[in-house]
Amino acid sequence: MATDVGGYGRSVKRKEDPRFIRGKGNYVDDLKLPGMLYMDIVRSPYAHAKITSIDASKALALPGVLAVITGKDLDAYKLAWMPTLMSDTQMVLPIDRVVYQAQEVAAVIATERYIAADGVALVEVDYEPLPPVVDPYKALDPSSPLVRPDHADKNTNHIWHWESGDKARTDQLFNEAEVVVKEHMYLPRIHVSSIETCGCVASFDRVSGKLTVWMTTQAPHAIRTVFSLVTAASAVGQIPEHKIRIISPDIGGGFGGKVPVYPGYVIATAASVLTGHPVKWIEDRSENLQADSFARDYHMDVELAGKRDGTITALRVKTLADHGSADAAANPSKFPAGLFNVCTGSYAMEAAHVEVDGVYTNKPPGGVAYRCSFRVTEAVHAIERIVDRMAQELKVDPAALRMKNFIPPEKFPYKSPTGWEYDSGNYAGALKLAMEKIGYADLRREQAEKRARGELMGIGICTFTEIVGAGPSNTFDILGIKMFDSAEIRVHPTGSAIVRIGVQSQGQGHETTFAQIVAEELGLPVDNIVVEHGDTDTAPYGLGTYASRSTPTAGAATAMAARKIREKAKAIAAHLLEASPDDIEWGNYQFQVKGAPTRSKTMADVAFAAYTNHPQGMEAGLEAVDYYDPPNLTFPFGAYICIVDIDRGTGEVKIRRFLAVDDCGNIINPMIVEGQIHGGLTMGMAPALLEAITYDENGNIQQGTFMDYLLPTSMETPAWETDKTCTPSPHHPFGAKGVGESATVGAPPAIANAVVDALSHLGVTHLDIPITPWKVHKILEEHGLAEV
Amino acid sequence: MTHVTLTINGEAHQAEVEPRLLLVHFIREVANLTGTHIGCDTTSCGACTVLINGTPAKSCTLLAVQVNGAEIQTVEGLEQNGQLHPIQQGFFEEHGLQCGFCTPGMMLVGKALLEQNPNPSEAEIRRAISGNLCRCTGYVNIVKAIDSAGKKMREPAATGAPTA
Ligand code: FES
Ligand code: FES
Repeated sequence: MATDVGGYGRSVKRKEDPRFIRGKGNYVDDLKLPGMLYMDIVRSPYAHAKITSIDASKALALPGVLAVITGKDLDAYKLAWMPTLMSDTQMVLPIDRVVYQAQEVAAVIATERYIAADGVALVEVDYEPLPPVVDPYKALDPSSPLVRPDHADKNTNHIWHWESGDKARTDQLFNEAEVVVKEHMYLPRIHVSSIETCGCVASFDRVSGKLTVWMTTQAPHAIRTVFSLVTAASAVGQIPEHKIRIISPDIGGGFGGKVPVYPGYVIATAASVLTGHPVKWIEDRSENLQADSFARDYHMDVELAGKRDGTITALRVKTLADHGSADAAANPSKFPAGLFNVCTGSYAMEAAHVEVDGVYTNKPPGGVAYRCSFRVTEAVHAIERIVDRMAQELKVDPAALRMKNFIPPEKFPYKSPTGWEYDSGNYAGALKLAMEKIGYADLRREQAEKRARGELMGIGICTFTEIVGAGPSNTFDILGIKMFDSAEIRVHPTGSAIVRIGVQSQGQGHETTFAQIVAEELGLPVDNIVVEHGDTDTAPYGLGTYASRSTPTAGAATAMAARKIREKAKAIAAHLLEASPDDIEWGNYQFQVKGAPTRSKTMADVAFAAYTNHPQGMEAGLEAVDYYDPPNLTFPFGAYICIVDIDRGTGEVKIRRFLAVDDCGNIINPMIVEGQIHGGLTMGMAPALLEAITYDENGNIQQGTFMDYLLPTSMETPAWETDKTCTPSPHHPFGAKGVGESATVGAPPAIANAVVDALSHLGVTHLDIPITPWKVHKILEEHGLAEV
Repeated sequence: MTHVTLTINGEAHQAEVEPRLLLVHFIREVANLTGTHIGCDTTSCGACTVLINGTPAKSCTLLAVQVNGAEIQTVEGLEQNGQLHPIQQGFFEEHGLQCGFCTPGMMLVGKALLEQNPNPSEAEIRRAISGNLCRCTGYVNIVKAIDSAGKKMREPAATGAPTA
């Protein structure tokens, strides 16, 4: 047996860590270039206002301030507006109107960071406040002010209507239903708040005409293409794509918040092109939290129909989606509501009908991402809450109701009522394991005893189905760019290799896991493989890392490229072994002659021969590129059980235990997968209990700093428990499915279900998240249960 | 302009600085030690944590002039003579980091805790890092990393150091 190369299923320690634990990471703000200037941004105090004047004279008089850029300046170059990823438009800088609080109004360019900030304080802007549109329901009223009068073809704040499923059949099933349950659910705005904010260093070289931008981006290639297209339409003139280099260096967390193009990137780039100096722009936290894109903001009316025996027959959902002032979601172009219609979840029901209406309000772009950009979190919340509501109505155990309605394993591939084809699943297996492992029956007994004593304990279940790996090019594109992904592998003569991938890492450990794929497929030790990503001058084209797509797409491409190399290597091995290629097999990480395994060659032997002794007539070298277009999405799933205790004095919800059983198919690195799940659970707990962004009636954000927007700390976060089942994806080259956002999607309804379960005997049927102590305490007070 | 001298990781750094210069900017931009990060503007996240005369402090909320003459330790000072500090080994071995942005601050808080309390309970570790936010790891492995570093510091045995 060959030695362990560190391939699939090994918890290989991370290759990126040696630099991070020494403080030697290369984050964007760490970069300093000669002659570099700094940019800082003037922002709007109003949610909706006319700009009557901008006076920059005092700022310009400050020594060190070189320029103040306004929307009028950009407009002269046709750069005041930019496209969003959903083919809407968004202001880079306003010409005469602001449409959300903290919107960029002007940019100050200075020789030093502190001087740029001083300059910002000296720019005088006069506003004439306009009535803001804050409530998305009122926004649809014909008397509402218009958020986007620039859309001359529209006289409404309504953006689009989208629907999916069979309306007639769904309505019929609801009419015939023995039991119908219904809840209004609001998933509030939340913000990803990666600990590193956004920023860039843009550097335009006037001699070569080359623009290099180091940027906190999750999708460098797409940015390069968009920049080239946007300059083509501007008065600057097109910067050809080969003269644009986007570098995404080490990124301090992304979670989807670093997919969009923010105005700051564009202004800094324009400033560098115009001054010929490198320009650095780094947001501070308040700017990041107040102005960058937000997630969720879905107002959902969810209905479930069924029979008295517990058979679920149909789902109906009507949704109002608050997109803020621009439809800037990071969805694939053909999916205005993302993949929200996966909301029939893990249950075999006959029909479903889902409607979503997008609405403009005077808020920063919403509906973008929070460790899930394609609306799967919303979908899972809707179905997992309403299934629990049905169990409550029928007075049956929520686990039993789920077991009765799961799509059975033999029904895969399963066609969902809204048109998705689930690749594989064993939902009952995962839930059964979770129930056994946590001791479900004992916990129900304990709950009954406690309830009799007046103590409040809840058990919440969530058995979610995820949908990731976007996506197959026949339906998935972003601004027309198909959502395949890529890998390029070069094996060096002495048996080491470099891998370059089209996706990029923001902490997921790609330098390690992608090396493991190559190690497994080529039998080269993982230590001998280096992974490069994030530099558009060297990496093959790809759509980037978000929505758990790296392993399903670029991971597949990496395996396929390696297999191309193995095919060629086999011919070289046959030549070296003086055997026919048909007699050579790959086993024990080496090529061996069938029936005579001692006659063998390693990949290192073959690599050396590929450059020193390749068969005549064959091309020398050993390398391959693969662009992988997935045949379908992958459908990871999980069964989560959450135990909560409620403090009757404070109303605080304490998570006593939380067990996550995940199934993401075959796993490359169990340590990294577990880490992703821990992080995802924490980002699921956060909106369930702590985080929400709200606005007052004037459109003022009420959680604009980390003092008010409460990220979980080590004190609230429980010691997560994890386990797994393994149902490989039948169509992925090594049976993987992707896992990054599963836990963020699955945790919130598990927690909400646990809290409602703890209070269900009081008649509580639903609580909107975040479930704050205040909300719970109010219920306790109403029922005379609050302890003083 | 004010003259400031700071000893950072045992090396003297002197500069004429504006009195308003934040310590974190002195460290990052005057001393060019970029391992210390900035994650907020309200002293909430701890990404900027350094040790000042051995005690953890958030360097984004101190002026360089306020700590004139102090001994400062940053993440770059943890490794000594090519040997990783046990806290660094703990984070590496227990997968205590993902994006790495919060890690320098977390490690310095962990080190200070272990020097004061060599055998902390899980609750004590959680309390010690409660002023430092991590958005990636969910804290479980950070707690394990600090616990494992404590074990190493209590019984110093030779462990393999990861190399760059
Ligand atoms: S940067 Fe200092 S606490 Fe956040
Ligand atoms: S590892 Fe990313 S913030 Fe902690």
